[in-house]
Amino acid sequence: MSLCDAEKTFILHGVKENFRVDGRDREGYRPIELETNIVQHAFGSARLRLANTDVLVAVKLEIDVPFPERPFEGKLEFFVDCSANATPDFEGRGGETLAAELANILTSAYRSPQTFNLKKLCILKGRKCWKICVDILILECGGNLFDAVSLAVKAALHNSQIPLIKSINIDGDNIELNVSDSVFDCEKLDVANAPVMVTVCKIGDQCIVDPSLAEEQCSVGSVVVAISQEYFSTVTSIGKGSLHPRTMCNSLELGQKVGIRLNKAFMETLHNIQPDEDVGFLK
Amino acid sequence: MSRKKELLSKVGLRLDGRRADELRRIRCKLGVFTQPDGSAYIEQGLTKVLAAVYGPHQVRSKQKAQHDTCIINTQFSMAVFSTNERKKRPRGDRKSTELSMHLQQALLAVIKTELYPWSQIDVYVEVLHADGGIYPACVNAATLAIIDAGIPIKEYVCACTASLGNNDVPMLDVSHQEEVIGGPTLTVAALPMSGKIVLMEMSQRFHLDHLPKVLDKALEGCKDIKAILDEAVKKHIQDIGSSTGWANTTS
Repeated sequence: MSLCDAEKTFILHGVKENFRVDGRDREGYRPIELETNIVQHAFGSARLRLANTDVLVAVKLEIDVPFPERPFEGKLEFFVDCSANATPDFEGRGGETLAAELANILTSAYRSPQTFNLKKLCILKGRKCWKICVDILILECGGNLFDAVSLAVKAALHNSQIPLIKSINIDGDNIELNVSDSVFDCEKLDVANAPVMVTVCKIGDQCIVDPSLAEEQCSVGSVVVAISQEYFSTVTSIGKGSLHPRTMCNSLELGQKVGIRLNKAFMETLHNIQPDEDVGFLK
Repeated sequence: MSRKKELLSKVGLRLDGRRADELRRIRCKLGVFTQPDGSAYIEQGLTKVLAAVYGPHQVRSKQKAQHDTCIINTQFSMAVFSTNERKKRPRGDRKSTELSMHLQQALLAVIKTELYPWSQIDVYVEVLHADGGIYPACVNAATLAIIDAGIPIKEYVCACTASLGNNDVPMLDVSHQEEVIGGPTLTVAALPMSGKIVLMEMSQRFHLDHLPKVLDKALEGCKDIKAILDEAVKKHIQDIGSSTGWANTTS
């Protein structure tokens, strides 16, 4: 999408007067739609639509060997795939840089033990652990990909169920794991502290959250902050442009304020979600 | 008890309870996304496919441009979580390259390419859930997406699989479970109105005597699918047309 100067000025003036092109104020989000459990054979899944941005996340579990330096912990891996359905630019290997950037930010946001407890995923110290593979599929880009991805990941992890292991038989090097026979013998993951990312975008002299595709074009610099409860778990500046240290501090404050609010509203929605109302893409 | 599982029970029911000539449930929707020029979603049983069409637009690499037709660019990709075992890569392996070539072949047969010289049409399909019959679902989804994009086509192109159960009975629309158990699979992409075959592919062997009846069954399946797609297209046109009021004038 390319904008002409007049369109950019229009957006700029809107931000200045706290009345953006689509009628939001500077701290407002576009409508978010969330569905969980829509990929049948994944352990947990979620589809999130933030206006035009569409993200599908599925969680799969594998049994793996823990890292030697962290024998008590399981593993958490993120894989992002930018589908060519989103834009023809992603065809072939075109989306790989964006995919790598997203996966790296997610990994660093989830690295701190305060955000996500990996110790629960350990099965047998130093020998066996669960590996959670979080696969993210970007289906449509309508701006603010980072926020949408982080929310969808959180919802998918909330939706995930880890099978209970009844007993472990150790015979020399052979380890046999007996998974419970009942499908309902599962443990939910705790995502209360899982980070929520907020992209703060500077347009003109003001900062806004949740930029649309057009607003991203007018931005002079943006910062992604990952908020876990009221703490920052990652701060990264993305895209081109530069920010003054004072603006940086202001945008971090704005990011934190909005992040806490967003997280609270999102957790409420997650707890209220009804299991059989979902219809997937046929809606 | 025989070691090999039978594809058809004595009463003529298949493993998932269908009869031999029954399709799986097909549900589809046009216009699922706003950014592509055309998009569609289709479910055939548990197989779920999203398709997006961009274009006709300027050719991206100048050397490929043709002065008399447009080029059709297809990409097939499978979500890493689409199969039971997690896949390593979503695209780029040999099977996806083959499938995108076959998809291109099927689309070249129906799109009126001569209307768009010096241009290009991109068709992207994404498999969200693979449960047998991936190629047919992709062709059907691509057809719907092209119709949604408003690109002129000669007629629908539909695809279907057929197999042979108990060495005798032709079976329609093979599921993943039946593919795994064994038995030959015949994949056919056809133009159901004129009855022409665009693509035919067979895996494993069966006797030449059986081929005509399995092929007939597959073509019949294509016709059934065409009727379902046609219904969906009409409903979609009525939905988007009702805002302007012209949908009611015909009925």
